[in-house]
Amino acid sequence: MHQVKNRSIVEKLTRMSMLVSGIALLLACVSFIAFDMLTYRTNKVRSLSTQAQIIGSNAVSALLFNDPQSAAETLSALRAAPSVVSAGICTLDGRVFASYSRDAHTQVIVPPLLPAGEAEAHSIGTEQIDLVRLIVFKNKATGIVWIRSDVQELNRRLQRYVGIAIVVLLASLWAAFLFSSTYRKEITGPIVGLAEIARVVSRDKNYSVRATSAGSTAETSILVDAFNEMLAQIQERDKELLTAHSELEQRVRDRTAELAAANKELESFSYSVSHDLRAPLRSIDGFSSALLEDCGPQLDQSGKDYLHRVRAASQRMSQLIDDMLNLARVTRRTMERETVDLSRLAKSIAGDLSKEEPGRQVEFSIAEGLTADADSGLLKIAMQNLIGNAWKYTSAHQHARIEVGRVKHNGGSAYFVRDDGAGFDPRYVERLFGAFQRLHAATEFPGTGIGLATVQRIIHRHGGEVWAEGGVESGATFYFTL
Amino acid sequence: MDLRTILLVEDNPDDEALTLRALQKNNIRNEVVVAHDGAEAIDYLFGTGTFTGRNIEVLPQVVLLDLKLPKLDGLSVLRKLRADPRTKLLPIVILTSSIEEQDRLSGYDLGANSYVRKPVDFNQFIEAIRHLGLYWLILNEPVPARRG
Repeated sequence: MHQVKNRSIVEKLTRMSMLVSGIALLLACVSFIAFDMLTYRTNKVRSLSTQAQIIGSNAVSALLFNDPQSAAETLSALRAAPSVVSAGICTLDGRVFASYSRDAHTQVIVPPLLPAGEAEAHSIGTEQIDLVRLIVFKNKATGIVWIRSDVQELNRRLQRYVGIAIVVLLASLWAAFLFSSTYRKEITGPIVGLAEIARVVSRDKNYSVRATSAGSTAETSILVDAFNEMLAQIQERDKELLTAHSELEQRVRDRTAELAAANKELESFSYSVSHDLRAPLRSIDGFSSALLEDCGPQLDQSGKDYLHRVRAASQRMSQLIDDMLNLARVTRRTMERETVDLSRLAKSIAGDLSKEEPGRQVEFSIAEGLTADADSGLLKIAMQNLIGNAWKYTSAHQHARIEVGRVKHNGGSAYFVRDDGAGFDPRYVERLFGAFQRLHAATEFPGTGIGLATVQRIIHRHGGEVWAEGGVESGATFYFTL
Repeated sequence: MDLRTILLVEDNPDDEALTLRALQKNNIRNEVVVAHDGAEAIDYLFGTGTFTGRNIEVLPQVVLLDLKLPKLDGLSVLRKLRADPRTKLLPIVILTSSIEEQDRLSGYDLGANSYVRKPVDFNQFIEAIRHLGLYWLILNEPVPARRG
């Protein structure tokens, strides 16, 4: 495509220069020829007038003495002027007095009439020029002389001029063509080069190439320089972009490595905690139990009480370790989203709780058709914590109601778990989701303070939000989005 | 009734004492051989090292295997035992503190017959040992001895 365009530029340039020089020459030739023809004709008429005057004055005596012979002789002097076809003298009454013709066979024409009051008149035809002149002697008209001249010389001259004009025109066109082919290289060369460079740049995305401006005209030189400048800027930007990109990649790699290392450390930490932290607790609990059994009789009531406290504490610590590990596991676990039947999940958790404590009177109200796009394992842990909490914090009430449903929230929907239990002091709502943070004494409601922290982590991992509403002894509602 | 031995692979002397106490509390009278690391367990079962000359035809009825062990860890012991035709079918119960997913997975993957977590609550531990004894020493029919 670009080659066609380039070719047309070259063609147009050649054509333009030829056309301009052709038109200029043509106009010059035409005006010159026209001017020359006009001048020549004026001169011709003037010379015919002179000849007519000479003949007239020479023929005066012949007219006065009625000597046509002598008049004819005078006329015959016109032989010296080969363009004169015929001539004649006539009397004032229009009688032909004497005549002359260049060739024997030439018809002597009737002289044209002289307009009244005029001493001389001429008429120019396509083939001849006629001139009529009054012969005046001592201010008295004595006759009329006329001369007819052909325009062959004029025509020949015209032909010659036209011929020359054509030759000059052709020669100049040829010269224009030659020159433009020489100069067009100079003009279009850099443009073609530029186009080639542009093609290379767009094809290879190679911004290091440069167009050369050698032999360019001022404009193309500016164009080439601007193009090169643009390429340099693009190249610079490209380089900067590449550097920034690779820096970014490096940073991402570094961060990923750091993260992986941190993850690995966390993993080995949890592994170690899982294995090693529990073993001493087992010893504490086990040997306290052994002490109670084997040396029970030797211990008084408070001694036994202390040992029971030691056992309870070690079991509590064991629960803390488990919860902590679960919390860490929730963060580490890979997530796979799928459609989860939340209603069924909630019902199964409610069923498990009711089975564990069949004596409790808890009314479950679980909305039908609740589905969520979430990791089923993680969502289960979150729901176990939320419904488990509701179960736990309604334990002091004779009758309890636990509700699971969905409400509209910010154009989307939020799930909720609501209970009518002990609730919480809304002033400390911020602390609800912190790990190991509790708003109730362990003697009132048992727990390690990990549950809601775990829920929050799970919800955050899903890109959702979790928040709570409630008041002291007026129940609690936990909302979450996924 | 000829009581076969129980091989307890346990490096922690506290856990050893507690396990022995739990067995005793459940009236399990089988002889308990304690290996204090993985290498010792292998030596006992294959009659090598300090156990050179032991009649290795006599296999324990069940192996209680801890995972975190000095020298050779529990999973390596398991791998070695399952790779050897003599101990390929030996009942092995992993008895450990951890319920880490990766441990349970590799334990079963390497051919453990059971995976039991040692509870911190000693009463629960006694209960667990009771179930283990009942199952592996009484209920479970052992692999018949190979002939020839």
